[in-house]
Amino acid sequence: MTLLDIKNLNLAMRSFEGETQILHGIDLVIERGEIWGMVGETGSGKSLTGLSVSRLIPAATGRYLAGSIHFEGRDLLTTDERAMRSLRGRRIGMIFQDPTTNLNPVFTIGTQLVDVALHAGHADPSILRLSSNASGRERKKAARRVAIEMLDKVGIPNAAARIDDYPHQFSGGMRQRVLIAMAMIGKPDLLIADEPTTALDVSVQAQILKLIHDLVAERNIGVLMITHNLGVVAQICSHVAVMYRGRILERGPVGDVLKRPAHAYTQALLNAIPTVHTKRGELRGIGDIMQEISR
Amino acid sequence: MLFYAVRRLVLLVPMLIGLTMLVFVIARLLPGDPVALAAGPNATPDVIESVRHEFGLDRSLPMQYWTYLTGLLHGDWGVSIFTRRPVFEDIMTFLPATLELVAAAMLIAIVVGIPLGLAAAVYRNGFIDYLTRTVALGGIAMPRFFLGLILQLLFVSWLDILPLSGRFPLIEIPPEGPTGFYTIDSILAGDWYSLSLALQHLALPAFAMSLSPLATIMRMMRASTIEVLQQDFVMTERALGISNGKILFKYVLKNAMTSTLTVIGLYVSWLLGGTVLVETVFDWPGLGLYATQAILSQDFMPVIGVTLVIAVIYLLSMLVVDLLYGVFNPRVRYA
Repeated sequence: MTLLDIKNLNLAMRSFEGETQILHGIDLVIERGEIWGMVGETGSGKSLTGLSVSRLIPAATGRYLAGSIHFEGRDLLTTDERAMRSLRGRRIGMIFQDPTTNLNPVFTIGTQLVDVALHAGHADPSILRLSSNASGRERKKAARRVAIEMLDKVGIPNAAARIDDYPHQFSGGMRQRVLIAMAMIGKPDLLIADEPTTALDVSVQAQILKLIHDLVAERNIGVLMITHNLGVVAQICSHVAVMYRGRILERGPVGDVLKRPAHAYTQALLNAIPTVHTKRGELRGIGDIMQEISR
Repeated sequence: MLFYAVRRLVLLVPMLIGLTMLVFVIARLLPGDPVALAAGPNATPDVIESVRHEFGLDRSLPMQYWTYLTGLLHGDWGVSIFTRRPVFEDIMTFLPATLELVAAAMLIAIVVGIPLGLAAAVYRNGFIDYLTRTVALGGIAMPRFFLGLILQLLFVSWLDILPLSGRFPLIEIPPEGPTGFYTIDSILAGDWYSLSLALQHLALPAFAMSLSPLATIMRMMRASTIEVLQQDFVMTERALGISNGKILFKYVLKNAMTSTLTVIGLYVSWLLGGTVLVETVFDWPGLGLYATQAILSQDFMPVIGVTLVIAVIYLLSMLVVDLLYGVFNPRVRYA
């Protein structure tokens, strides 16, 4: 069965100035084992697409005008909040951009990991490797053990001791590893990573991408990787979708799209990447290519 | 952290010495002659002078101060001209009453203020937010003594369900115990009848006193909760399936407590210094009432003693708040 199938998704958001349509008919299919890169400018709707899958857009401000999001055959847009919550952290994991602000500063990373593990274990006791009638204390102990294993897996040295440290005792790259551990501890089938490496320097970025890539390969899950870095896409994605103003302009396997971009916007985007041949002071933007196209 | 606490406690000593000096000098510089006042209108100059000598007020100011300071160390806080009793004994009689009142008021303010502030933040601009906003405005704007009078009118004159004033019925024997708090002492003794009497007397003054810290704590809690709710980690917690209740009462509350803690610490001392009005309205036999009487009769020793006690409690409560910061925020380092 198809893992994630977004069909004709139309989202409108309200603000003081009125309602604006943000997403215009997004179609996207993600199968297990695929890493989809979603690229586009700031404000193009990449993040809101990701948040829509987890149904994290508040009902007070966002309204779906049309469309459906099927996750393993079940329409998430008609799923109630209670059922959605049991999917989050368990079937659908999320990683966000800035590791310095996405961990709660006044709790140890262990507390935060254990809570996610307990939540995931509530939906599926096999995650804690316990039977469904285990006591609360057993579940907590098991959750802590699973948390240490997960920290170990994402490459936190001396995980058993560091689990009781606070976020500020970790470097940025290490914190992103902790957040990846939190997202993966429930053994999700779909991972949504919203610019997971944007706040990191290049060498750490490569380590984090490799980590995500290896975890995906090992568990055969689907990934929606939101980024505005085409280098990231080229490194780990199997497919890519190019977004512009709430629409997907072009999609396909990474090799095809990056080597032979069909859409003029994608071509301009690729041309904007500076190379060694780029002269000093000669940065190419995408200019007003879209106005030329729509004319 | 232990080292930090000890160092702060040691630092209390020079602060308190400075404070006694200041209060001592200011009290002596005030116009008027307390001895003449104490000796009565018909006293002859000879009698006045002998009273002056009796209290040591005929010596030079530095000498008086030195005698006072050395006396302080072995529990001799001077003698009240008005009550003719040692100041230390007087304070030990009146202090528990005031502390009990302030503790009860702060308890009400914290237990009611924090949940209401949280609720106002969660249901922002909803019914409960507007309700608490109105109450807060009233609570801050209305003077405590005036609120006390209204409460007396409502609960005593009209409803007749609570006693008008005092700390305990005059015809009953108040509970005795180690704390001097009638409520706690009667619980320790298992004396439920005394407890109910003590609570009935405590209810109105404590409520009158609690309203303004309650309002401030509530507003503070609302503001900091709203700020924390917008943090990135709340989104992460939601995205990974943590329930809204757990996010609010565990993850957000601890973050939001830091700024509220500051207000709580400040209010403890503010209430201590400001019990006079409420104690007067409710005829509560506390430190405030004692200090007022002492000031009106220009009775120095009690004034200095009370100032000192309030200062010590203020500094201690600040220390407790500073230590609690570390509990709520692991990034705080004590050096």
